Amino acid sequence: MNLREQVGPYFGEFGGRFVPESLIAALDELDAAYKAAKADPAFAAELAELHRTYTGRPSIITEARRFAEHAGGARIILKREDLNHTGSHKINNVLGQALLAKRLGKSRIIAETGAGQHGVASATAAALFGLECVVYMGEVDTERQALNVARMKLLGAEVVPVTVGSRTLKDAINEALRDWVANVENTHYLLGTVAGPHPFPTMVRDFHSVIGIEAREQVLALTGRLPDAVVACVGGGSNAMGIFHAFLDDESVRLIGNEAAGDGVDTMFHAATISKGRPGVLHGARSLMLQDEDGQTMESHSISAGLDYPGVGPEHAWLDSIGRAEYRPVTDAQAMDALRLLSRTEGIIPAIETAHALHGAIELGRELGPEGIVLVSLSGRGDKDMETAARYFGLLDAAAAEASA
Amino acid sequence: MSTVADTIRTRNDEASGALIGYLPVGFPSLDASVDAAVALVENGVDIVELGLPYSDPVMDGLTIQRATQTALRNGFRLRHGFEAVERIRARVDAPLLVMTYWNPVVQYGVERFATDLQNAGGAGLITPDLIPDEAAEWMAASTGHDLDRVFLAAPSSSDARMKQAVESSRGFVYAVSTMGITGARDDVDAAARGVVSRLREAGSTSACVGLGISTAEQVADVLSYADGAIVGSRLVAALEQGGVAEVAKVASELAEGTRR
Repeated sequence: MNLREQVGPYFGEFGGRFVPESLIAALDELDAAYKAAKADPAFAAELAELHRTYTGRPSIITEARRFAEHAGGARIILKREDLNHTGSHKINNVLGQALLAKRLGKSRIIAETGAGQHGVASATAAALFGLECVVYMGEVDTERQALNVARMKLLGAEVVPVTVGSRTLKDAINEALRDWVANVENTHYLLGTVAGPHPFPTMVRDFHSVIGIEAREQVLALTGRLPDAVVACVGGGSNAMGIFHAFLDDESVRLIGNEAAGDGVDTMFHAATISKGRPGVLHGARSLMLQDEDGQTMESHSISAGLDYPGVGPEHAWLDSIGRAEYRPVTDAQAMDALRLLSRTEGIIPAIETAHALHGAIELGRELGPEGIVLVSLSGRGDKDMETAARYFGLLDAAAAEASA
Repeated sequence: MSTVADTIRTRNDEASGALIGYLPVGFPSLDASVDAAVALVENGVDIVELGLPYSDPVMDGLTIQRATQTALRNGFRLRHGFEAVERIRARVDAPLLVMTYWNPVVQYGVERFATDLQNAGGAGLITPDLIPDEAAEWMAASTGHDLDRVFLAAPSSSDARMKQAVESSRGFVYAVSTMGITGARDDVDAAARGVVSRLREAGSTSACVGLGISTAEQVADVLSYADGAIVGSRLVAALEQGGVAEVAKVASELAEGTRR
């Protein structure tokens, strides 16, 4: 098996380029620039130096011993992407693409964002490199992630609430694509996940592959062997591809992606694209997606804005189709329980997206038992989710009641 | 044999070129969209471009987005698209192309879609998010069913891609006038002239310009160098504001542009 060597544009029957002709020249230009950068040691050195002095890489691993007691006693090892600058894995890809945008001579970057993590990371890179930045964000998401909107604005980005369609991440991507078609000459579309037309799925994966490369060595050094399973949450799937990639050819290592099941996969309210979707074309690539009989995209539902997406990256669809990775649904309630559990057992408040993977780790740990080793991508921190979490657990009401007593 | 190409050739001979008018199916209702498309033809539009509403229309500006989202909310289904084609073709002879994003065709089944489109009397498809590189299945199905396939050429397209668009298309090549999405513009980009001239160099005898055209003057200007002018948002806005009567009036005004 040489699964690691896939570079697109196709991953089995998935991937490709389903975009307006106007964008093809820009995608070709980006593809060529990325290939040149990939072959240029100076580019790798510049990015590595940025990660060392700005991102805070390598990110550490933390063994979660008290949390593991609830996970069948298996060893649970957290890859701490939450400790990166800006609070999630998203910065890995953003710095890589921002460097490329500079190489391409683009003065303006645009980005879509769901939870706001990618938007914040993009605004951060724009500030660092002196680029103009516009972030498209569904109106629904600007409301549930107001703190991240403020962060982006403080960083100097313009945040455009998207009021068409379902007003969430999928519509933010549509709007970013419309902007890009019109402004492609001076603008780079800094796509935030492993979806979209080639070369985005490959390039974004490569920029995140540092997660798995570091973690693989760190787990080997800590435990003397490879983990039995690697677990990550999957919306578009960027942190999952990032941590999976280094392990793709390690046949003994199970790869588990946890999708957002919202109220449950058998309800109308979920975002479990791989568990419940069918092949189709969305946002420039053939992949799995949630859609009706006529091919109209269905609205997804998740408590986590970052996983609330009816599509998924084509490489995940392929890994699912060949059985190399398993994708399991995790409900809102299961994720929130895992979020609280990690907070109380380890003193780490994860992002709600990440909490889906933590539930997955509990499941895996129980299946594997005390001999098992589970590596979890702790993709982001929960600061941005405090309002949602406080409301969910009734913490704000309690505080208000106390204050008025 | 392409009736679309024939119509364009005929209109090039007897006037300055063809006027192609876009309206989406199901807006403001299925019946009204059929009446409006018929009114286009009765008021000087030579070829009808019938849009199928889609949840994620990345090439469309706000006017068309609003209309197609309304159609979807009102319960638009793909079968209504074929029904509309059949009903329009029963009333007028002008050729009719369907404009659709690619995923609905994939879900319906490419071969089944081609069969049903041909049976309904449709002339072919305009596919804004399908490039020839990804279109093998559609090339085969359209050839098998004697249907036109209209691919796009943009100001940013390389010479090789211009050639590919010309060789892959049947009926006409859709010359994108500007780097952007649908919607009326004061100036139709000078880039349109460049795209058409590069399509000619690549061998095109049927190049129609779309995006941003909203007045008879612009139609006349475009037809001075292209074979057809495509108007969309202006007609949709007319339908939104004044119903079928207003669409008829605007179509007849636009058609003046073919006689200058």
